[in-house]
Amino acid sequence: MAMSAISVRGLRKSYGPLEAVRGIDFEVQPGEVFGLLGPNGAGKTTTVEILEGYRKRDAGEVEVLGVDPARAGGDWRDRIGVVLQSSSMYQTLTVAEHLRLFAGYYSKPRPVDEVVELIGLAEKRDELVRRLSGGQRRRLDLGLALVGDPELIFLDEPTTGFDPHARRQAWETLRSLRSLGKTIVLTTHYLDEAERLADRVAVLREGEIVAAGPPAELSGALPATEIRYRENGREVVLETDQPTRVLNELTSKALAEDRELEGLVVTRPTLEDVYLDLTAEESE
Amino acid sequence: MRLFRHELKGELLLYVRSRELAFFTFLFPIILFVLLGSTYGSDRIKSEGNVRGSNFLEAGMIGYGAISIAFAGLAIVLVIRRESGVLKRLRATPLPAPAYIAALLTSFLTAFFVEVVVLILLGRVLFGIAAPHRIGSLVLILLLGAVAFAGLGIGLTALIRSAEGASAVVNAIYLPAAFLAGAFFAPHSFPVVLRWIAAVLPLTYFIRIVRGVMLHGQEIWMFPGSIAVIAAWGLLGVVLAIRGFRWEPVEG
Repeated sequence: MAMSAISVRGLRKSYGPLEAVRGIDFEVQPGEVFGLLGPNGAGKTTTVEILEGYRKRDAGEVEVLGVDPARAGGDWRDRIGVVLQSSSMYQTLTVAEHLRLFAGYYSKPRPVDEVVELIGLAEKRDELVRRLSGGQRRRLDLGLALVGDPELIFLDEPTTGFDPHARRQAWETLRSLRSLGKTIVLTTHYLDEAERLADRVAVLREGEIVAAGPPAELSGALPATEIRYRENGREVVLETDQPTRVLNELTSKALAEDRELEGLVVTRPTLEDVYLDLTAEESE
Repeated sequence: MRLFRHELKGELLLYVRSRELAFFTFLFPIILFVLLGSTYGSDRIKSEGNVRGSNFLEAGMIGYGAISIAFAGLAIVLVIRRESGVLKRLRATPLPAPAYIAALLTSFLTAFFVEVVVLILLGRVLFGIAAPHRIGSLVLILLLGAVAFAGLGIGLTALIRSAEGASAVVNAIYLPAAFLAGAFFAPHSFPVVLRWIAAVLPLTYFIRIVRGVMLHGQEIWMFPGSIAVIAAWGLLGVVLAIRGFRWEPVEG
């Protein structure tokens, strides 16, 4: 069996009384794009920062590229790339200077000009970082994570705060990474982002994984298809896993009685409904 | 070692580019040297063995430069890098922490040595001050002082919680310290209380040795007590740094 790029078993982490991560398991295969999806405070960043080696876990087993991140050294960091939640860089260097500085930290860096092309900042090559827009900085941020030519890249909310145009550009860049064969772990609270970029997602809620699988398969879970119509001025709502059969019965009965099903509406759950349903607070 | 050299090149570039901060702490001692030197440079200072004001001031400005660059500049730059998340980002790269700290320190020490050379050249051109003779002792005391102030600067970052607070806290410490230690004027006219405070400051002893070496041709080992005070403060900074240094922003 091929070794997983990432293997997580029974991972737990608390901050004081707050249980941020409550025993989660998942595997990420080499070359896979894996999404950690969930609302703010679900434990995404805590999980990723444990995988990156920033935080110590309270319990569980974690292996990233075959190494425990809590004990990993420079050789391991040579093989990973990290984009943190907020862009943080030297404002007074140019794009190329910044990439060159970071390239020097790695044993087999990717040529700076190639990275500049890859992140779409060729025209801004000699521009100071402080003159870049937010979206351009975020792309440079990605470039700094790529310049070491890592096997595995962590992206913590790579497009949060972007306008729709910038998000689309970022998605293009991330898709091109997949074609380079990189393993990618990304966190996001945008469903469409996970849907478009990830091969598999795990949905986190309050520190637990409440669903996992390819994005398209998640909609096969809950909730059921909803059929609404009015009968004698009264609204009837049916929920069913077999909408075809139920609809057929309803309509043939109505036809036989020569009756109209007033206000007939059939609602298929979208991935968004699934997501909202999965991540809803328990009190709701 | 390759990583250290690479990072040092990067740090020197960053230092030269940082107009607002590091450069401000670099330029200020030079500007004050010219201004104050023009004011009382040709006077004789009786309490200091009748030396010329400009010579007295030059040694003081070297002390001011040391605390300004190695202590204030370094502390502010480190807090800004920590709070902006740059340090956290660096932790994810293969750059080892000791190589990073060593390169950062070396870049600030380099800036300080350039500062000293500029001050000595300016003193020669503007005020006709002779070049110092005890070069070995001078280099040793400059190194000791700069390293001690850098240690204190790094240690101080553990006590500063925000980038906005960095300049305020640092300025509130190093400007009065430079004044009390007699960097600008002879401290003998100060009230007793201020002289008591000055008596525990490392800068007082640093400037005392620099003046001894530059003005009176003394050697560094003639000041064992002063060396001990400077080293003790430096150690205190290192202890603070080891106990409280953070790579990540203080969570607000």
